[in-house]
Amino acid sequence: MPNAIETRALRKVYAAPRDKRKKRGGASPGDEPRASAGDVVALESLDLDVHEGELFGMIGPNGAGKTTTIGILTTRVRPTSGTATVAGADVRANAVEVRRRIGVVPQRPNPDRSLNAIENLVFHAAYFGIPRKQATRRALELLEKMEIGSKAEAKVDEMSGGQQQRLMIARALIHEPQIIFLDEPTGGLDPHARQSLWRILRDLRAEGRTIVMTTHYMEEADQLSDRIALVDRGRLLALDTPANLKARTPDGSLDTFFMSIAGRGLD
Amino acid sequence: MEMAPSISPAKVFFALLSRDARVTRRELPFFLIRTTMQPLMFIVVFGFLLPKMGFLGAQYKATLLPGILGISLTMSAIQSVALPMMQDFGWTNEIEDRLLAPIPIPLIAIEKIVVGTIQGVIAGLFVLPIARVIMGPIPGLTLTHIGETVGIALLGSATFSAIGLFMGTAIKPQQIGFMFSLIIAPMLFFGCAYYPWRGLDVVPVMKYAVLINPLVYVAEGLRGVLTPAAPHMPLPVVVTVLTGMLLIVGWLGVRSFLKRALK
Repeated sequence: MPNAIETRALRKVYAAPRDKRKKRGGASPGDEPRASAGDVVALESLDLDVHEGELFGMIGPNGAGKTTTIGILTTRVRPTSGTATVAGADVRANAVEVRRRIGVVPQRPNPDRSLNAIENLVFHAAYFGIPRKQATRRALELLEKMEIGSKAEAKVDEMSGGQQQRLMIARALIHEPQIIFLDEPTGGLDPHARQSLWRILRDLRAEGRTIVMTTHYMEEADQLSDRIALVDRGRLLALDTPANLKARTPDGSLDTFFMSIAGRGLD
Repeated sequence: MEMAPSISPAKVFFALLSRDARVTRRELPFFLIRTTMQPLMFIVVFGFLLPKMGFLGAQYKATLLPGILGISLTMSAIQSVALPMMQDFGWTNEIEDRLLAPIPIPLIAIEKIVVGTIQGVIAGLFVLPIARVIMGPIPGLTLTHIGETVGIALLGSATFSAIGLFMGTAIKPQQIGFMFSLIIAPMLFFGCAYYPWRGLDVVPVMKYAVLINPLVYVAEGLRGVLTPAAPHMPLPVVVTVLTGMLLIVGWLGVRSFLKRALK
C-alpha cells in the first residue's frame, strides 16, 4: 500500500526563550544540532509511515510529541532536522502543496468569529479556489452531515463546543483533502458528542480518506484505528494494529502494554 | 474523490481580501466611530471652538485639517491590523484557517497590510468632509490635487498598517496599554499633525528628533496637497522618506508575522 505520509529521523527542538537561554561556549562539533540548556526536545527522531486510506491513531501522554508531529505535518511547525513528506510533497520545500492536500481539525475549535457558520466554510473553500456556488452547496451538505444544518446562519459564538468542533471538521473537509489531521478531537466533548464524532470518523474512513488522529484515550485509539503509534518523550515506542499490540501483553490491554514499554501511564 | 483545483497565489490572495472586505463592510460603522471620534472631537475644540473664541486664528485651521486627516488614517491603519493580530495570535488562534491556505505565509502578512491600508484611507476620506463642515471655510484649502492626496494617504496608511502588523505580532497582548502610551501617544503629539514642521524652527532639537516619526511626513505631505499655500515639506522628500520607511517596517512586520505563524 502506498504511503500517504512518511517521516524520517524527524526531530524538533524548541529553543528556550532568549532570557532563559544560558550562555554557551563555542559550538561543539557533531552532526546533530545540539540542544542548549533550557531547550525543549519535543521530537527525538521519529520515523513514521502512514498508509493511504487508513485511520492512523497516535497515542501518548501530554508532552509525548503528538501535537508537534501534527504541527510539522500540517506545515505550522518547522522541523529542526529530518524529513517529512505528506501526500507526496515535502513539508519544508513544498509547504503550499502540502496545505492544498490536507484538512486540519485543531485541538481547540478556532472558527473565524467574524463570520457565521456557513461563511466559515465558504470562505475557507475560496482560499482553496472552489467557486462560491459549488462551495455553498458543499457547505450545506457538510453542515447537514455534521448534524448542524440548522446552524448554517448562526454566529459561531451561538454554537456549543461540540457544534463548533463539528464545524471545524466540516471546514477541514470542504476542499476535499486527501489527508485529514485531527489533534485530540474529542478532548472537550461530552460522551454523546464523542460518540457522534466517532461515527463521523468511521464514515470518513469508509469513504477511503486517510485520517491521522491523536488522542490520549486508549479506548478511542483502540476502537477507531487501523494502526496505532504509541509515542512518548518524542520517540516512537511501538506501531501496529490494535489487535497485535494487545496480543503482546498477558492481559490483552493496551494500557498495560503502554505502561510496560513507556514506564509510565497515559495520564 | 475530486480534489481542490490547483490555485494561483494571486487567487488565494484575492479570496483573503474578500474575506476581510466582508468583515470590514459589516463592521464599518463601529470601525469609523472607534478610529475617528477622537480626531473629530479635536476638530470641534481646536478647529471650531477656539477659533470662534478668538484664541486661534483662522489660519490655524489650514494647518490643522491635513494633520487631523493624518492622525485619523494613522490610528485606523495601526488599529485595524494590530488589534486583530494580537487577538488572533494571542488567544483565539482564529487566523489558523488562513495559515492553512495554499499560499506562501508572507503573502498572508502582506494581505493584512493591504487591508489596513484601505481602512486607513477610508477613515481619512471620511473625516475630510466632516472636518470641513465643522471648521467652516478653511483658508487656502483646495481639492485640485485629489489624486496626489489619495496617493499620500495610501502611502502613509500602508506605512502605519505595516507598523500595526509589527506591533500586533511583536508586542504581547498584556503590553497593549504600554504600546498606546509609550509609542502611539508620542507619535501622535510629535507628528507635526497639530503644528507645521517649519514651526519647530523655534526648538531645533525637536525639529530634527521628530524626523524619525512617519506621521510627520504624512501630515506635511497632506499639507502640500490640500493646503499648498501653508508651509510644508517638499513632496518628493515626503514620498521618498515614506517609501523607504514603508519598505523597512514592511519587512520587519512580515518577519515578525512569520515568527508567530511558524514555530
